[in-house]
Amino acid sequence: MKKTLFDKVWDSHVVKSIEDGPDVLFIDRHMIHEVTSPVAFLGLKNRALPVLFPEKTFATADHNTPTQNQHLPVADPLSRNQLKALEENAKEHGISYWGLGHKKNGIVHVVGPEYGITQPGATIVCGDSHTSTHGAFGAIAFGIGTSEVEMVLATQCILQPKPKKMRITIEGSLNHGVTPKDVALFIISKLTTSGATGYFVEYAGEVFRSLSMEGRMTVCNLSIEMGARGGMIAPDEKTFEYIKGREFTPEGAAWDKAMNYWETLHTDEGAIFDKEYVFDGSEIDPMITFGTNPGMGISITKAIPKAEELEGGASTYAKSLAYMGYNEGESMIGKPIDYVFIGSCTNGRIEDFRAFAGVVKGHKRAANVTAWLVPGSHKVLQSIKEEGLIEIFEAADFELREPGCSACLAMNDDKIPAGKYAVSTSNRNFEGRQGPGARTLLASPLVAAAAAITGKITDPRTLI
Amino acid sequence: MAYDSFHTLKSTAVPLPIENVDTDQIIPARFLKATERKGFGDNLFRDWRYNQDNSPKADFVLNNPTYSGKILVGGRNFGSGSSREHAAWAVYDYGFRCVVSSFFADIFKNNCLNIGVLPVQVSPEFLNEVFEAIDKDPKTELIVDLPNQKIQIAGTQSSNSFEINSYKKENMLNGYDDIDFLNNIKSEIQDFANNTPL
Ligand code: SF4
Repeated sequence: MKKTLFDKVWDSHVVKSIEDGPDVLFIDRHMIHEVTSPVAFLGLKNRALPVLFPEKTFATADHNTPTQNQHLPVADPLSRNQLKALEENAKEHGISYWGLGHKKNGIVHVVGPEYGITQPGATIVCGDSHTSTHGAFGAIAFGIGTSEVEMVLATQCILQPKPKKMRITIEGSLNHGVTPKDVALFIISKLTTSGATGYFVEYAGEVFRSLSMEGRMTVCNLSIEMGARGGMIAPDEKTFEYIKGREFTPEGAAWDKAMNYWETLHTDEGAIFDKEYVFDGSEIDPMITFGTNPGMGISITKAIPKAEELEGGASTYAKSLAYMGYNEGESMIGKPIDYVFIGSCTNGRIEDFRAFAGVVKGHKRAANVTAWLVPGSHKVLQSIKEEGLIEIFEAADFELREPGCSACLAMNDDKIPAGKYAVSTSNRNFEGRQGPGARTLLASPLVAAAAAITGKITDPRTLI
Repeated sequence: MAYDSFHTLKSTAVPLPIENVDTDQIIPARFLKATERKGFGDNLFRDWRYNQDNSPKADFVLNNPTYSGKILVGGRNFGSGSSREHAAWAVYDYGFRCVVSSFFADIFKNNCLNIGVLPVQVSPEFLNEVFEAIDKDPKTELIVDLPNQKIQIAGTQSSNSFEINSYKKENMLNGYDDIDFLNNIKSEIQDFANNTPL
């Protein structure tokens, strides 16, 4: 039987299958954070259950943390309380805890790979939908709800029907100025936000093979935005090179044993997918979104589509454009913006800050723009300092903040004010996602940088 | 037992004919700071329901006394976006036991099933009939029959069948949840864990 990469990893983790029901899936790595875990711990307490394998769960604080003055007590009492609950729960159950101020602290999907918690062929879950990020390493990684967090804590398993399989192949190479973020926004614009619902995606082809691990993480991260449960890329030399020597990566004999397994992790020739898409890398331009879901993206040089060009949803479309304050047929280039956010588990890694720095170097922040530069982790922050990027940012009048999810979901103080336009490297442009009334334009770090120094939507290819 | 069991529900319904309703609309992130599962219903659809000064928006359906009931009827691709179970809790805590749509996002659907809200996926045509029937008469009742996996507009022949796997159906009928099930096979899980490659 020819198997896909997804089949191989999934099937090797099925403890048992329930007839006409879900599979019992064993989970290798469980990441938790302060927002979606407290009620799960409460559930354990009510049922008087212990955590079955505390060493397989990793806690970090990120969603709710301030990005300035992290050394001071958290001002908001509700956030403080939630962070305290995570710390206490982790301590009580013997779970590793990288809280605020810890040198390994950062966004859950950024620190997992950084410390080698993320490994090929593993099953990884977290109460956050962008857990799909870890699929970049050839893991099956997906977001779960709080009831499921409780299940994993109590039994290291969840019950899941096996998703269908989709392969998205992009051959060829990417044009100048086109980044992994553009590739992902391009795919979502083609498939829509529900195009992959019920599927697990494998990304294949030259374009993905040539991406760095950081770039692959950006692509897999956004799988959820087309409705997919997750996305994955077969591990290769680049993957093994990346994970080697990290804190939680196996060593010696354990490495060899793992390698035996990892080297089987590719889709067999002739294996069948339920659905396939093929695109050509050279079709992709720098992208930007103009509406209120991540599927509403276009090439940055294009005009906002007319309702009649769309299939269905015209009333929702009008509502969406009204929220954004845009009209059909308008060009995106030249539209004024107010905020720039670079960060999140989508584009908050060192490579993203390097890309941003490459554009802003020698320029100045536009006077009308407020920019928040938020590294995905302390490790990223450290690299920004060591590589001298911080000097470039300061010379260009940009201020660097401390790590966290920040304006990606605006649970902390980093909220875009109502009505303001933000070019954001994060992953969601839903109404109010970045603060009540905020208007979000999703884009790559290059597009964000071009906007930050010109004060309006600008094609980054004119600057690099 | 984790929640009230679900058999047959006959109720009026609240129509929300908007597509792609995402979980950030169902419950905005700033309301996720609780450490207990309490009070989420108050903030269901917060930003559609209330102005920034907390006064209710008269034109939003939850503020319109004409519409009420235990069933929420939403447009296509309901519940996309974040994995927050708080969205399902908000729906449940507000008083809904069933959400009807022509298409659901995966995680939201799972979360609903885990906490005792029944997601009923119907054909686009039937969904339209439901919206039209409620539009004509807000007192229109829907009958959701879980044992027979059927939903009907009361007093009419108009009905649709819906899918649910038999495991989840059993759970809903009895008010069980997955943790009860997994707990019972813990020794199998332990054995499995001893033989994983990673
Ligand atoms: S950065 Fe955004 S998407 Fe990523 S984990 Fe944080 S809140 Fe979730």
